[in-house]
Amino acid sequence: MRFVDEFRDPEIITKTAEEIRRLIDPARHYRFMEVCGGHTHAIYRFGLKDLLPANIELIHGPGCPVCVLPMGRIDDGLAVAESTDHPVMFTAFGDMMRVPGTHGSPLEHKARGVDVRIVYSPSDALKLARCNPGKHVMFFAIGFETTAPSTALTLMRAKAEGIKNFSVFCNHVTIIPAIRAILDSPDMRLDAFIGPGHVSTVIGCRPYEWIARNEQKPIVVSGFEPLDLLQSIVMILRQLRAGEAKVENQYKRVVPWEGNRAALRAMAEVFELRPYFEWRGLGFISQSALRLRDSYAEWDAELRFQVPGVRVTDPRAAQCGEVLKGVLKPAQCKLFGKECTPEHPIGALMVSTEGSCAAYHSYQLRKEAVTSIHSAA
Amino acid sequence: MCLAIPGKIIDVLEGSPTLGTVEVVGVRRKVDLGLLQDDMPKPGDWVLIHVGFAMSKISEKDALEQMRTLAMLGEAEQAMHEVQGYGLEETGPTIVREKPH
Repeated sequence: MRFVDEFRDPEIITKTAEEIRRLIDPARHYRFMEVCGGHTHAIYRFGLKDLLPANIELIHGPGCPVCVLPMGRIDDGLAVAESTDHPVMFTAFGDMMRVPGTHGSPLEHKARGVDVRIVYSPSDALKLARCNPGKHVMFFAIGFETTAPSTALTLMRAKAEGIKNFSVFCNHVTIIPAIRAILDSPDMRLDAFIGPGHVSTVIGCRPYEWIARNEQKPIVVSGFEPLDLLQSIVMILRQLRAGEAKVENQYKRVVPWEGNRAALRAMAEVFELRPYFEWRGLGFISQSALRLRDSYAEWDAELRFQVPGVRVTDPRAAQCGEVLKGVLKPAQCKLFGKECTPEHPIGALMVSTEGSCAAYHSYQLRKEAVTSIHSAA
Repeated sequence: MCLAIPGKIIDVLEGSPTLGTVEVVGVRRKVDLGLLQDDMPKPGDWVLIHVGFAMSKISEKDALEQMRTLAMLGEAEQAMHEVQGYGLEETGPTIVREKPH
């Protein structure tokens, strides 16, 4: 199956795919990790696997924020909202709403009467606080460096306006320590990285330099269009052929090499690194997540409220951890497409469109649909 | 939520916070321009929007291509839903869907 006809420049796509075939060494097996969940979604949606030679394997990385959040954090956030001591409005992005906690997802809690609201922006959560002075509004913040600056600016505004009935339950994580943990993992052998697009608009390209310098692996920051991803693979293959390892920026039209300084300043004002944080599938990673600085303690939900601090292991049969690390492909999990589907997700990777399981599941359905149309014709 | 939505700046409202009206496929909403304070966009510029904040300036050509990418990813409808959900208006009710007044 090829979706190539839908592409803007089918000819250039075909030529780039041919270029990839020219550059590969047929005797070699290549393993490239796309770090960002948006890339995983795009790769499956566009059927790019079908344009690539069989010896290029794309490994899906940890860049899906809801997927890497351990269930215990969801339970903790919902426990605050459920507490009978104080009425708390639980606000979060729509992506979070169907993610299973031990006693159900935020949406299921809402059905049981807990005050759970979807917001599209952290500033909407702050607005809810402004409009509902009798209630406490907690924003359950998730996301990498793409999203953290928006939470930071929102907190700066809450402080400037003196809005006290607002807090953030902070789950923001940082991408570099996760890449480091993957490279340190003994069961993971990678040849190169497709670097995240929108995280890099904030952090720029410099933070990846150690990957090239110390680990001798090429990393190419990539856009999200089919041609972007194919061109990034060409750039990686050219480096590998020349025996080079450097950071390159394929997504120059959006990503400045130095990142977004205003966004980095906002993050530095509000957040500091946690000594360690638990990631689903990757375990505890040191200095891999953000918490509010002391100067923002009044707006820190974890300090303001009693948080149980539970640790929950994933459902035993689900192999989310192995899939997240790229050790297993989604379809190799025992529950994939059987007990665990996008309609009834057991693990977070089946919830978000950026999760590799949901992305692969929808790709399979599209593939079957196309195949049946072709066989009918 | 990694994907960004392209929008055209219609006006910039100086103040704190600095807000701007953007237009995304005919829908106008306020977004926060605070993350672009070092290189403030002007009316007519195009930006990429993420969770109600403009993140970066882009060319018109890239903005149109980004919208096309969202459509190809099956995300265009979701993106419009998100833009319509932004409640950052100075007046009018915020999104309280559960208890309409």
